[in-house]
Amino acid sequence: MAAMSDAVTDAIPELEPRVRRIVSRWGHDSSGLVQILREVQEDCGHLPQVALALIARHLRIPYSRVKGVASFYSFLAVEPMGAYRVLFSDNITDRMAGSERLMEAMCHRLWVEPGKMSEDRLVSVGRTSCTGMCDQGPALLVNGRAIAALDESRIDRICELILARTPLTDWPAEFFVVEDHVRRADILLAHALKPGDAIRAALQRGARGWSERAANERSWREAYEGAAQGPVATLEEIKRSNLRGRGGAGFTTGIKWEACRHATGLARYVVCNADEGEPGTFKDRVLLSSHADLVFDGMTVAAYAIGAGHGFLYLRGEYRHLLDRLEGVLERRRAANLLGNGICGQAGFDFDIRIHVGAGSYVCGEESALIESLEGKRGVPRNRPPYPVTHGYKQQPTIVNNVETLCAAALIAVHGGDWYRALGTLKSSGTKILSVAGDVARPGLYEYPFGVTIGQVLEDCGAVNTQAVQISGPSGVCIDATEFNRRIAFEDLPTAGAFTVFDASRDMFEVARNYAQFFAHESCGFCTPCRVGTSMLVAAMDKIHRGSGTQHELREMARLNKVLMMSAHCGLGHTACNPILDTLKRFRPAYERKLRSLDFSPAFDLDGALERARQMTGRDDPGAHLETQP
Amino acid sequence: MNQRPTFLLDGQDVPFEPGQTVLQAALAAGRYIPHLCYHPEFTPHGSCKVCTARVDGRMMAACTTPAATATEVESDTQELNDLRRTLVQMLFAEGNHFCPSCEKSGNCGLQALGYDLGVMTAGFRHLFPDRPVDASHPEILLDFNRCILCELCVRAAREVDGKHVFSLAGRGLGKHLIVNAESGRLVDTDVMVTDKAIEVCPVGVIVRKRVGFATPIGKRRYDASPVSAQALADAPRPLERHHD
Repeated sequence: MAAMSDAVTDAIPELEPRVRRIVSRWGHDSSGLVQILREVQEDCGHLPQVALALIARHLRIPYSRVKGVASFYSFLAVEPMGAYRVLFSDNITDRMAGSERLMEAMCHRLWVEPGKMSEDRLVSVGRTSCTGMCDQGPALLVNGRAIAALDESRIDRICELILARTPLTDWPAEFFVVEDHVRRADILLAHALKPGDAIRAALQRGARGWSERAANERSWREAYEGAAQGPVATLEEIKRSNLRGRGGAGFTTGIKWEACRHATGLARYVVCNADEGEPGTFKDRVLLSSHADLVFDGMTVAAYAIGAGHGFLYLRGEYRHLLDRLEGVLERRRAANLLGNGICGQAGFDFDIRIHVGAGSYVCGEESALIESLEGKRGVPRNRPPYPVTHGYKQQPTIVNNVETLCAAALIAVHGGDWYRALGTLKSSGTKILSVAGDVARPGLYEYPFGVTIGQVLEDCGAVNTQAVQISGPSGVCIDATEFNRRIAFEDLPTAGAFTVFDASRDMFEVARNYAQFFAHESCGFCTPCRVGTSMLVAAMDKIHRGSGTQHELREMARLNKVLMMSAHCGLGHTACNPILDTLKRFRPAYERKLRSLDFSPAFDLDGALERARQMTGRDDPGAHLETQP
Repeated sequence: MNQRPTFLLDGQDVPFEPGQTVLQAALAAGRYIPHLCYHPEFTPHGSCKVCTARVDGRMMAACTTPAATATEVESDTQELNDLRRTLVQMLFAEGNHFCPSCEKSGNCGLQALGYDLGVMTAGFRHLFPDRPVDASHPEILLDFNRCILCELCVRAAREVDGKHVFSLAGRGLGKHLIVNAESGRLVDTDVMVTDKAIEVCPVGVIVRKRVGFATPIGKRRYDASPVSAQALADAPRPLERHHD
């Protein structure tokens, strides 16, 4: 964004020293490749081939590796981009709020086709997966910065600013305001902890004379008699709390931490997964913007418990706008001795955190793909076993925890496991933050003890005439009104947090089609079933959408779903069929009323194939069309 | 008694060496599991998913799943062979495969697997991607239309040739093979016609020039015997055979 005028020209002045500066800031280490690419792009507007070659040379890695990584992430542009790159968030909630119409208006005003750069290289307009602004959509990103609450007047203003080539720094500040929208706060969102409280509580827990010996004799803490007990005491509290991962899978946090602590390695790592990519989820955005100290406290407590010296916050590219503030928080914590060497005066307790920013890839939310990305590679999920707790970052023991999980861990460090366990249900202790959006009067964050019913949430957020709720985003489940007595809990409806509401006016087929497109767009392409199968699903859904679908398409989708379930490499492929299966089961008429009464109709559209000829000849009279079938 | 540990494959014992995967152990024991992106000389990575088997009830890629004592592996079942057929159909639909005019016909792993699994129809609408060929190199032609993204050339270059001639770029359906040159052309890489990477392509992407059709159709590799038999013949065997 800084060098906007440069992006308009072919040659980028001083490219070599600029690349060299960025590469050396990342220590000439190829594990920083994604970060280097992102920074070079921010500096240059896009990633021209010559920049990729320079990066390869300075990192001493093959050019093809740099090209392979750069072309994997959707925010990295190996082709020239407009000086202003506008990406409309394409979650179903954005569409419901009119994003398609607004994008059309913008394209019309700026005289540009979606997905293409304008002739004068001024602007490109496209779509991107959910940007985590569902409570204040429709939203867009312009050169990585988020603008929410779009309406026609705001789009008009944006077009004017672009046409006037106004630098982003001079755009009205209110455009970039992101609201928190906390509607219901419980122990987490209403915590009153000060920075470092959780760390000090963990250290004191050891000093209170916990009798158990450190289980890990390889730990550096072995040398410190009192301190040796602290990590184990803290780990015991986490286990006692029965805290389970908030990213959706629900693995027991204490067991993960203990496995990592007991694993042998040269170093251990704490990774905070802030790649909140599930469409419909935005809780981590709020936690990172308003409770960053609690997140970092949680990471530091985790480091203390497992014996880690380094931590990473993997921040999704869509939240780039939080980066500078988060770096500021880290600086402040270093100055306050909450990070660095001898944290809180505890000799040997050395830990620091580095932020890596993602670059537009949902699959990087999968922990092993996230680690690949941290290592500067394409974000492809690894083969497991081995799991990250033994072979994670750089093949060393690593825990990857969700932002909300680490916040909860910080609370547990202070208040203890029993306190936490007293909330929620038998198998789901504590609270869960829901990201409520869609057809509701009051979208935003709602924190409840586990066990809350869907009906209660709907009542609290002011939803009326509700047809369906998508729990935990496209990879979760879609339920209808007969199931609103079900509960948010690992025993019933586990969730990563998305809670997207659809009223009776919505076409659930279109909801499923949007989600199918999302999975096809985000498939990493590693395995055959997901790479090809997700696109085949979209083709079948599009055919039904066009009105030429038949029972054949429903059978085909059932077959594709089975293939994905059986053989996909990771959770993305396994869950890619959920939206279609769920909506077919509950809202079958939404599909059937679009089907032809035939058993089969060819996908090839004979009349549609003449469209290009019609455009070229400027004809659209009846003679330029085939007679439509009876 | 056999001292080696064993697992069950379709109800029969298969002995294995520590470190072997299910597929490696099965092939060494003379038991065939259909596969495509696995090659005995390179690190398995499990992308094609053709070797998917049910290991203790869980669907796993047999080529990357470590063999473990007493596990039960199901492979030769109707359900799994249906899955494999569909995966092969997907690969045919994804690229531009015209067997009758392809130099590799008869020597092609994908075609042979299709025959062996009984793929009788296209199954899917073909995607007809636009993939330009690279004929820049004087001795080697790259016809990306036939690429199935098995990464055997990528692995052979890296693990055997010690080079990075081939690599992957893009993602999802846009994933594609690239060569290590800023120009994007093979002639500008350090590839040699003698490289291992040049001989491992199971389909007709990497083709040596001026030797096409030297072996007539009908006398080619898979004309002699099906891929299932040849995979067993190619499998590394333990030097010392153990007998019950």
